[in-house]
Order: sequence, then C-alpha cells, then structure tokens
Amino acid sequence: MSFVWTLAEQHEGRLKGVSFELLGRGRALADALDTKLASVVIGDGVDAAQLEALVHRGADEVYAIQDPRLASFTCETYSNLLVHLIKTYQPSVLLAAATSTGRTLMPHVAVRVHTGLTADCTELAIEPGTGQLLQTRPAIGGNIMATIKTPDHRPQMATVRPKSSRPLPADPTRVGKVIAVPLDDFLVDDRVRVTGYRRDALDFVNLEEAEVVVAGGRGMKKAEHFDLLRDLADAWGGAVGATRDAVDRGWLGYPHQVGLSGKTISPRLYIGAGISGAIQHLAGIKTSDTIVSINSDPDASLHKVADFGIVGDLFDVLRELRRRLQERREEGPS
Amino acid sequence: MDIVVPIKQVPETSNVKMDPKTGTMIRDGVETVVNPLDLFAIETALRLKEAHGGTVTALSMGPKGAEKALREAIAMGCDGGVLVSDRAFAGSDSWATSYTLSQAIRQMGRFDLIVAGERATDGDTGQVGPGIAAWLDLPLATYVAAITRVDPDEGRLTVERLVEEGYQVLELPLPALLTVVKEIAAPRLPMLRGKKRAKAAEVPLYTAATMDLEPAFLGLKGSPTRVVKVATPKVTRGGTVVQAKDAEAVAGAVDRLLAFLDARDLLPHDGAPAGGAAAEQAGGRP
Ligand SMILES: Cc1cc2nc3c(=O)[nH]c(=O)nc-3n(C[C@H](O)[C@H](O)[C@H](O)COP(=O)(O)OP(=O)(O)OC[C@H]3O[C@@H](n4cnc5c(N)ncnc54)[C@H](O)[C@@H]3O)c2cc1C
Repeated sequence: MSFVWTLAEQHEGRLKGVSFELLGRGRALADALDTKLASVVIGDGVDAAQLEALVHRGADEVYAIQDPRLASFTCETYSNLLVHLIKTYQPSVLLAAATSTGRTLMPHVAVRVHTGLTADCTELAIEPGTGQLLQTRPAIGGNIMATIKTPDHRPQMATVRPKSSRPLPADPTRVGKVIAVPLDDFLVDDRVRVTGYRRDALDFVNLEEAEVVVAGGRGMKKAEHFDLLRDLADAWGGAVGATRDAVDRGWLGYPHQVGLSGKTISPRLYIGAGISGAIQHLAGIKTSDTIVSINSDPDASLHKVADFGIVGDLFDVLRELRRRLQERREEGPS
Repeated sequence: MDIVVPIKQVPETSNVKMDPKTGTMIRDGVETVVNPLDLFAIETALRLKEAHGGTVTALSMGPKGAEKALREAIAMGCDGGVLVSDRAFAGSDSWATSYTLSQAIRQMGRFDLIVAGERATDGDTGQVGPGIAAWLDLPLATYVAAITRVDPDEGRLTVERLVEEGYQVLELPLPALLTVVKEIAAPRLPMLRGKKRAKAAEVPLYTAATMDLEPAFLGLKGSPTRVVKVATPKVTRGGTVVQAKDAEAVAGAVDRLLAFLDARDLLPHDGAPAGGAAAEQAGGRP
C-alpha cells in the first residue's frame, strides 16, 4: 500500500485548475514507484463529471468526501478528516497546492500525523534506489534551490506551487474508481464559522491562478495608467500585478502586490513595466516561466533576470503592443 | 486581551549574498532584523491591546543573538519578550520549531490570542503558525487581512482572510491563532521611550533544561525533513535585451517581442485566451 495522493481543491463546487496540475505531478511519481495515484476531494457539490475528469487526468482512484459542512474551507474540520484518511489508508506521498488552503491545512496535518512537509515545491522526483521523494523548492527569496527529503516519516508531504507544471491532457478512455466517503460527525469541529466571502473589495484579483500577469511599478506614474496594463492583461485573460511602491501609492489594492510581502506567483508569462526589479519583488516572480521587462533604464535589475527586455519608454512600448495585439485579434485566426 | 507574538530574527533581505561556490548564504557581516512580515503581527497585537487592554509578549526561538529581535519588539511597544534558545534546538525544521514554540507558549501561561506573521522571509515556509495551532489545538485563521469585530466579553473575533477567491469572513472563539498579512496594519516605528524600556527590559531565557520537552522532538534529530542538496539557480536567464529609443525602434522591438512570444506559444489565442478557465476566475477589472 504505497499510494501517491493528491489533494484536489474546490471552490463552490468547482474544482480548481491546480487540482489537475497536481495529478500530473502525482502521476509521474506513482509511475516511478509503480503504484496507484489517488486524488482526495474535500468539499460539497462537486459533480460526477468533475470527479470523472480527475480520472481522465491521471487518477486511478478518487476519494470524494462531500458534505455541506465541508463547503467552505475551515482548517479544523478539514484537518480532522485528512488526518483520519491518512491513518486509515496510509499513503506514502501526499501533495497539495501551495494555495491559501494547502499552505494552511498541510502544516496542521503534518504536525498531527508526525511527518515532514516541504512548502512551495517547484520540482518533485523519486530518488532511484531508495524510492524516496525528492522535494525541491526555492528558498531565501529564490536565491537558492533546496532539495529536501523525509526519510523516516510517512506520508512524505509537499505543497506545490500553482502553475509550476501543466496538467496532463484529458484521456477520456482512462478508467478509475470514484469512491464516495461519508463525513463522520465526530470529525466536524464547528469552533470556526465561515460567514461568507467578500469580493466587493475595490479591485480584487486572483493573481496566483492567472497564466499571464502584467505588472506595473512606480514607472507607471499614475493609477489611471494601469488601464493600459488591464487592456493587455485582458488580451491574454490574465491579471494585473503591482510592486509594493505602486500599492503603497494607492494605485492598486494589496491583493495585486507581488513579492516578499505580497504574493508569490509562477505564471507562464510575466510582463513587468516600470519595475526596477528589487530583490524583494524578484522573490515573488523568480519561478515564472517567461519574464518580460520593459524599462527605460538599461541597468534595471529586472532586465537582468528577464528572458526578453525592452529598453525604452513603457508608455510607447505598451501602447504599441496593445495596438498590435488588437490588430492580430481583428485579423482573426491565421 | 493577553497576546503572544512569535517572531523570528532573519538576515536583512536586501543584502543577502550567496557564496557561489557552496551555494549557501553568507551570514557574516549581514545585518539581522525582525522578520519584516512579523512586524505586521506585532502591530496587530499592539492595536488590539490599545483598544481592549491586556499585554503583548513577543517570543522568539533562535540563537542567543535573537534577543536583539525581542528588544526591537519591546521598543515598538510589546510588554516583554521570551527567548527560547538552546544548542539542542539547532537545526529544527518547521515541525520541531512549532513543537518547541508551542511548549514555550504553554509554559508562559494563560493567553487569549497568538498573532504570527504569515511566514519568515528566510525559511519562507509559512508552516510554523499553523503548526503551533495544531500543537495547541487552537482555532486557526491564516492570511488575515482585517479584524472586523472583537468581542472580548464573549471571547470572539471576526476576521477576513485574503484567499484566492476574495476575502473569506470567519468567526472564531478565543483563544485562537491568527497569521496576518501586510494589509492588516502599517507597523509603527520604535519610539525613544520604547527603546529605553527595551534596553532595561529583562528577557527571560527558556532552555531545554527549563522546559518540559520530549527530547526526541528537538532540533535536527527531531525534524522529519532533511535538506539533502542546495544549489544556486542561474541568476540571469541570458535573455535578449532590445533598444526602443524612437517610434521606429519601438515598433521593431514590439515586433521582436511578438515573435519571441510566438516561438514560446505565449501569444493570446483567439477566442480562447491563454488561461482558459483560470481567466474567468482571475477577475481582472474592478
Ligand atoms: C521588507 C521589505 C519587503 C518588501 N516587499 C516588497 C514586495 O512584496 N513587492 C515589491 O514589489 N517590493 C517590495 N519591497 C520594496 C522593494 O525593495 C522596492 O522598493 C520596490 O519593489 C520598487 O518598486 P518599483 O520597481 O515599482 O519602483 P522603483 O524601484 O522606483 O522602479 C521604478 C522603475 O521604473 C522605471 N521607469 C520610470 N519611468 C519609466 C518609463 N516612462 N518607462 C520605462 N520605465 C520607467 C525606472 O527606470 C525604474 O527602474 C519590499 C521592501 C522591503 C524592505
């Protein structure tokens, strides 16, 4: 019984994309260990088609624990449940997303089942010979990559950065078991009550799950100029990020802040305009797939870490870029 | 309301230097500071105390020198500090650290609330706060961006957590543990009076000998994880840098950018923008 498990995440009955990314990771590990891959869904109202999609994307088994009392994440009940499942089934590897949920739940569970946990992994592999999980993560603001093992405790637990890998393509011919597990009353801890969600906050943004982030810094000069970045982000269906300086000036709300005291993101494409590239900002973007920098200063640090840099006035460059993308759209598919 | 704030002493991030040969951090001569993200926790605790009375005690586990971080916390307005330090604690991972800190908190006596930073800027795990909550079986709210209601008589808090979908509103009973983010409050600077108090303050030292501890749970020996390799990633990506000084050069630079993005399959796809379902969740416009 050396199962690999991934924890699927849902919000209001919809599975999040990261649940499928985790399956891609888990599949590779399970294959290397010649074992089965299971996905655990904790929530409410996730329909059969979505559960089946987990099988299509790599799971051999899906454990679905659905109950109205699990609709919103509360650490206490989710932790009781996950600890109970781990003790019952004894998986050898457990992966979750490095999201607000995963980064809260996993350390809580790791303490209770007495095992190690590695946060924010960007690479996972099985060590040949020992079959142990090698967990690699950036540390010290992305200045080093540390590889960590949990030699003597099980499960080996890790949280994985969203967008740090791509899901497997769906294979509708894959077959697997979907097992509904009831929620036992004794696992419910109702000390913490979720009374709702607030999204009205002026300009809320889901940066962590965006594939493309277009970010602006002090060089944007004014709040209104961020419309330019929004137009570009919209072209990709992406999101707008900002440096601390831009947020502290009130140009955008804190949910947009990227970096040491804001969010850490790994989008497929990050475009930074008017951003110097201070070490505290870089800490939040270093694991992005592709980095583009637009800055009039040829010596800006962001140029140095960028895959593509343009030395020039950001307003000229962004307007031209917007115009060209619009043109492409009007021309239609080529 | 009696509040405990666990803080960590960390190297100042702006001048972290890496040894290119060993891939380890050069600690010599690097300034240490209170983990900048813990300042938001200290500020939160001080504001609660100002509004509802009580005490704020900072707590730090680390080398003897971490006493400096505690004195900085006292200078900001904390009533006292407790230093948890022993060779036996060296090499603790987040599991062992949260165990040792939770035992120190038990020993400190009665409290209503623990407020921690979201993570430390050096280890960067964010696991110690939730870990302490697990050890002490306290109701937990992480990523707290606002405390919207405090009812000290009933012993309840209403808080807002910054999560991917918005702000999750939670009600929780005291005693509880919160980890907070920058949005919650701008930290104050230490005042001269505070600095004087900090200098004079006695900082009790807890050691393995003075604490009630399970020896098998301490330090490197008590840590389930092992660092097996440390590598320095390439600092530069060896990217292309193009000049865009005038209108013509701008057009040329954007041309090259588009070609570059196209080669990496990063251009927006018509109808279905890159990101697909994620785009819908991403929000974007106010
Ligand atoms: C403890 C701590 C935590 C921090 N956390 C964060 C964090 O989470 N996120 C973060 O971002 N920062 C953080 N910082 C701040 C960080 O050190 C920098 O101050 C900040 O990132 C700089 O923001 P910026 O790049 O927008 O501004 P600047 O550094 O001022 O850079 C502006 C850039 O815009 C360029 N520019 C100006 N006009 C134009 C133009 N017309 N066209 C093209 N380019 C132009 C300039 O050349 C310059 O490079 C933190 C600092 C500390 C000490």
